Amino acid sequence: MVSQVIFGILLFVAGFLFYRNARKIYRNIRLGHPINRSDHPWQRLKVMLLVAFGQKKMFKRPVPALLHLLVYLGFCIINIEMLEIIIDGLSGTHRVFSFLGGFYIFLIYSFELLAILVLASCLIFLIRRNILHVRRLNQKELQNWPKTDANLILLVEILLMSAFLLMNAADQKLQLLNVSPYIQAGAFPISSLLSMLLPANINALILIERFSWWFHIVGVLAFLNYLPISKHLHIILAFPNTYFSILDVKGKFENMEAVTAEVKAMLDPALPPPDTTVSRFGVKDIHDLTWKNLLDAYTCTECGRCTAVCPANITGKILSPRKIMMDTRDRLEETGRNIDHNASFVEDGKSLLDHYITREEIWACTTCNACVEACPVNINPLEIIMGLRQYIVMEESKAPASLNNMLSNIENNGAPWKYAQADRANWTQQ
Amino acid sequence: MENQLHIPTVAELVAQGESPDLLFWVGCAGSFDERAQRITRAICKILQHVGIKYAILGTEESCTGDPAKRAGNEFLFQMQAMMNIQVLDGYAIKKIVTACPHCFNTLKNEYPNLGGHYEVIHHTQLIHSLIDEGKLKPADGHAFRGKRITYHDPCYLGRGNDVYEAPRKALEVLDADLVELKRCRSNGLCCGAGGAQLFKEPEAGNKDIQVERIEDVMESKAEIVASACPFCMTMLRDGVKAKEKEQDIEVLDIAEITAKANRL
Repeated sequence: MVSQVIFGILLFVAGFLFYRNARKIYRNIRLGHPINRSDHPWQRLKVMLLVAFGQKKMFKRPVPALLHLLVYLGFCIINIEMLEIIIDGLSGTHRVFSFLGGFYIFLIYSFELLAILVLASCLIFLIRRNILHVRRLNQKELQNWPKTDANLILLVEILLMSAFLLMNAADQKLQLLNVSPYIQAGAFPISSLLSMLLPANINALILIERFSWWFHIVGVLAFLNYLPISKHLHIILAFPNTYFSILDVKGKFENMEAVTAEVKAMLDPALPPPDTTVSRFGVKDIHDLTWKNLLDAYTCTECGRCTAVCPANITGKILSPRKIMMDTRDRLEETGRNIDHNASFVEDGKSLLDHYITREEIWACTTCNACVEACPVNINPLEIIMGLRQYIVMEESKAPASLNNMLSNIENNGAPWKYAQADRANWTQQ
Repeated sequence: MENQLHIPTVAELVAQGESPDLLFWVGCAGSFDERAQRITRAICKILQHVGIKYAILGTEESCTGDPAKRAGNEFLFQMQAMMNIQVLDGYAIKKIVTACPHCFNTLKNEYPNLGGHYEVIHHTQLIHSLIDEGKLKPADGHAFRGKRITYHDPCYLGRGNDVYEAPRKALEVLDADLVELKRCRSNGLCCGAGGAQLFKEPEAGNKDIQVERIEDVMESKAEIVASACPFCMTMLRDGVKAKEKEQDIEVLDIAEITAKANRL
């Protein structure tokens, strides 16, 4: 009875803390500009099913994709086991689903196979990160916390799977010894291999089984509350993020409606003057981005597929699309803390531009869309880069000098080079 | 054949009480860049050869605004767009073919929001459909038979607009030794010119993007790298020069290859 109460309290506290964190993330995302992404729900659902659920874009890199798929399947399917653990924990039963008989045997059998595959995949991931030094997993922006974060996630998953297998191993041994309440249930293709390592003493076995059981559930609940400060948040946000992705072709960049109103008024003085409530053209800080840009930032898993295909990054420029997303999230969380602390945002003398993302980075972009194409969860770093450029050019008039030449050529001669408009058709005479 | 090429302007046709079925949007590079002018003429030859009633805007054409938009100057982009839309709508233009993927993308995807609605195709799509209709056929014993040819996907044609097949179909009819670059189609590597990069010096790094790209071409052992964009043309030629491979690698546009194979 005591353990049931403790279990209930743990579950409640973990759930409550997660709810509070989730609300904060939701509030932070809502700091962005409103945009409408409620159109074409069926098409969006299809994108989500293919890209997030089906992991379609992951398979551009087959090896990590396969390993990731195993971890993902393991995560989804072994979570059925979580349901049993929660019911057992609250009601004091043991293996409550065992009445399912043959199906239960099948479930436990497949959980075990998946658990060992997840464990092996996480080990390989650790090796890739720390020993093989895959380039995109060892770049500058991943130093310190992001690297620790990645390793922690893998380590926790390995520990959770180990606890799960150890629990089953002890359970099975207790089943064979006919100890109550360890009824004959399930099949243990993997953990049975571990049982020879376990002691024969019944009390010791019960201790191991109970310890593993508690370790597993407490670990999962702790992990749930680790998500909001981790890149691992993608396991939840990948779904809404792909649902709300851009459905147009990638070449089409957003039209700035505020500019359209001004340009129309300029070209036709008969029109009423435009609404002047637009406070800023382009993006300087978090509040100038759209909520989708902010959702993108929270969804990023820092896998670096974007940076690995970025022509600027490949050729040694400091631009890294992954860093754009990481900076956006860091600044967003800083802004969120500012709001928590002061009730509403108080100017802190910082901004996304310059304090996080430098001008050298954003001017190195070729807008080639390789990063957008590569992202397995449809994040768009290019929109943020473009927004920052728009701010620099339209609010500050601080484009690089050569670009200013190009822009004034277009303005004066209708071509980016210094040729006269009247000479435009000269080639037809040659 | 070159001197027989007659390139009508829309104004000319209108003065004769006629109108073109297809507007050929030449673009700034196609109008002013000497190398790109050869691509422009190749497209005109093809249009004239198949008997399409086409015209250009001539001095009435102006930059679509693409480099301004990508450089972050939305004002200038929209000014350009609205002025061009006035000209296009003034002539009641319905269908446009472009020589440049950047013009293609902007006219097709970004003008509708500003009131300009046209059917826009890229020249590789036009060539593809002309081949399908049997109007273009490589001449016997043309120069490309058996040649090792690869294709570089321009970003705004490929990833930007999902046009991957049309340019490849134009090469497939050549009976050549076609080879893909290791980074191709949606994984294609940019030439380094997009996003207004063509008009500025690159940021500090350890290599130029066009050099990185030409190394892909060298790895493919192709003698000809085909592209379909005047900016890619500039960058790829620059890369070839940087690698001192002018004798081994030729950079040609799909339009030039098609025109030459058809002996136009």
